Amino acid sequence: MAKNSLGREIPAQWRGRTLDPYVDPWNKKPEVLRATRPLVRRSPGDSKLLPSLRAALDKCELRNGMNISTHHHLRNGDLLLNLLVKELDAMGLRDMGIASSSVHAVHAEIIPYIRKGVITRIETGVNGLIGEMVSKGELKCDIIVRSHGGRARSLVTGEVEVDAAFIAAPCCDITGNMNGVHGPSACGSLGYAYTDARYAKKVIAVTDNLVRYPAAPISISQSDVDYVVQIESLGDPRKIVSTTTRITRDPAGLLIAKYAAEVIEASGLLKDGFSFQTGAGGTSLAVADNIRRKMTEGHIKGSFGCGGITGYFVDMLEQGYFETLFDVQCFDLKAVDSIRRNAGHREISADLYASPFNRGSVVNMLDCVILGATEVDVNFNVNVNTESSGYLLHNTGGHCDTAAGAKLAIVVAPSIRGRLPIVRDAVTTVTTPGETVDVIVTERGICLAEKHADLRRELIRRNLPVKDIHQFHEEITQITGTPRPVEFEDDIVALIEYRDGSIIDVVRRVRE
Amino acid sequence: MKLRRSLLYVPGNMPGMLQNIPVFEADGVMIDLEDAVPLQEKDAARLLSRNFLRFYQNRNKEMFVRINPLDTPYAAADLREILPALPDGIRLPKADNPEIVERLDTLLTEQEEKLNLEIGHFKIIPSIESAQGVLNCVETAKASNRIVALAFGAEDYTASMEIDRTKTGEELFSARTRVVWAAKAAGVQVIDTIFSDVNDMDALRAETTLVKRLGFTGKSLVNPRQIEVVHDVFRPTPEEIENAVEVMEAIKRAREMGTGVISLRGKMVDAPVVTRAARTLRAAVAFGMIEYTLSDEVIHGEK
Repeated sequence: MAKNSLGREIPAQWRGRTLDPYVDPWNKKPEVLRATRPLVRRSPGDSKLLPSLRAALDKCELRNGMNISTHHHLRNGDLLLNLLVKELDAMGLRDMGIASSSVHAVHAEIIPYIRKGVITRIETGVNGLIGEMVSKGELKCDIIVRSHGGRARSLVTGEVEVDAAFIAAPCCDITGNMNGVHGPSACGSLGYAYTDARYAKKVIAVTDNLVRYPAAPISISQSDVDYVVQIESLGDPRKIVSTTTRITRDPAGLLIAKYAAEVIEASGLLKDGFSFQTGAGGTSLAVADNIRRKMTEGHIKGSFGCGGITGYFVDMLEQGYFETLFDVQCFDLKAVDSIRRNAGHREISADLYASPFNRGSVVNMLDCVILGATEVDVNFNVNVNTESSGYLLHNTGGHCDTAAGAKLAIVVAPSIRGRLPIVRDAVTTVTTPGETVDVIVTERGICLAEKHADLRRELIRRNLPVKDIHQFHEEITQITGTPRPVEFEDDIVALIEYRDGSIIDVVRRVRE
Repeated sequence: MKLRRSLLYVPGNMPGMLQNIPVFEADGVMIDLEDAVPLQEKDAARLLSRNFLRFYQNRNKEMFVRINPLDTPYAAADLREILPALPDGIRLPKADNPEIVERLDTLLTEQEEKLNLEIGHFKIIPSIESAQGVLNCVETAKASNRIVALAFGAEDYTASMEIDRTKTGEELFSARTRVVWAAKAAGVQVIDTIFSDVNDMDALRAETTLVKRLGFTGKSLVNPRQIEVVHDVFRPTPEEIENAVEVMEAIKRAREMGTGVISLRGKMVDAPVVTRAARTLRAAVAFGMIEYTLSDEVIHGEK
């Protein structure tokens, strides 16, 4: 057991894998070639169409211990992963790994198959019940939490081998050309699936909307797809995208947003060419709203917005605040509609978006990103994976990727959540290292990393409530008291991989 | 004189909202023990508010407490619990006549003696919120030296008038005017009623603009989201500030020459003009729009 540079105890090995403790955000370099997949020849008249998922699984020649993957663009409406796991069980396969881009609450249906030993590994973060049960020791399943960029990297380097990628395709033809913008299960961007299409040993397009050749536009092309399967339904459209995402009405949330926008303005980054990412939460959208107003007042024309795209960003694109949206994932119907018809709204892969190991990803060009947190600590480390309960409940998403890439990474959070202080001496789990976090904005104060002395002065000049993070921590705990720490057992239930593949933290079983 | 553009109501029985008081930029907060608090929670609200006030030592805004009306069985307990936690003052509901204010004045004096405080420590903002209150407000405004502002309460007022309150507020015009007269004549500030539709910021802006024009110096608020609009309306414009600075510079020159009147671009600058300019500059400083040190000697001349 050694400590990584953040003082987190990391074992030398876990489940047979030698672990590389996290050192810093920048210096780990790739030492491998790109992973490969077998070349295949298809002749005219060869059919890729298979009658069922089972037939496709049979074609993949899966054996115990292999990995399958799906993408999570269908979010809580996804039916595919659950169907696949049931088939794996029916085929008698055991010790399989899920290397999907994320696992959502809807996938709690696979819990019985984890108990049965069909699934023993999840090579991505999890949202919801599976993580909680694993944290409690009620479920045995090894989890490796990866960011969007980190997951793309792990497929490109071959660290994670996907033996069969099942790509839910809302619109697809018989050769496997597909897109996410047409059909009853339209989800917009297919950004996370691009990497699977390139690097999985076998790629199966699964569709509920088989159209006459050619499906257009082509997001993922026939040259990457081995088989095509038509099924009745990919998912529940009502849960695939939310119909609306809304600005918060909570006065504290609005105050946080106002402060965050002031910070961005004071940083000097808000000028022509400004690039920006924010989430779909009510406070994040309120930041965007403030930024839009400031851009109007200053006649500022931005360059691009990126990440998960909401209707709010679509409006900003259409009204000329940004020239381009780089979209890895559509969050609502308006975004789906926009990506279908607006050439400025570009679908991009998770690799292009956020991988640390390519020749430069979009996040490196970001001026500013707005991020959330379940906890932060006095060293600016941020946790989004576990909550103060210690349970692994959330996936990383692009958190650590954008924090590393953006010139200004701003964490917005209420100072008190569920009676607990947001700032802790040390976060329960480090998702994103403090070195890559610039500002923490709450309704009670703004804390800046030490390197931002100029910005600090400017914010003070603007009469904003700048506070030293230690002083701020003390102020909040005066209100909340100091929470009793969660106790953990020694056994590790999940690894938190930093985007470069080093281990930034581990999640231990909670002592109940 | 303190700026009281925005006086925000916070229900005394809501701990989550009480603890957020320090973060909002209202000039003052009125913790409500009256209408927002159901009967069965009166005691809990009293204790929560008292504890919050004790905890909130480094205050960045004025703290008033709206107690229950003096003719209810709750008022005495409200004062007993709240005053030792040292609010800045009391918002007195149903101040229908000067006698009610005088009674509160006496109660506050008793508590100040008990607590070893300077007499007059606790301020009073009487609420004028009935037909009777409006008729009597000229006298009510002068009923105690503790009064820093009169407040107009339109919800109870329209109820007492047996009329509906509208968004445009024509029905309030005469009452508002009389309350403003009473306040100005007594030399105190005057705070307009709440605007209850917290999602209609345009109508809030229109109403605030109207009452500013009538002479109101501030407004009671029911939601922190309203603060920004109200401050924005009461914010002096850059032209007003520039003009006020010029007036102050002109009168400074006049004082140096030993006179109290001077001409500025063909317009006479004398005491009322200077007083208005001083008010503009005080507001501008409070908004952080300029840095300016006002000197009483310049404003009023050497005694």
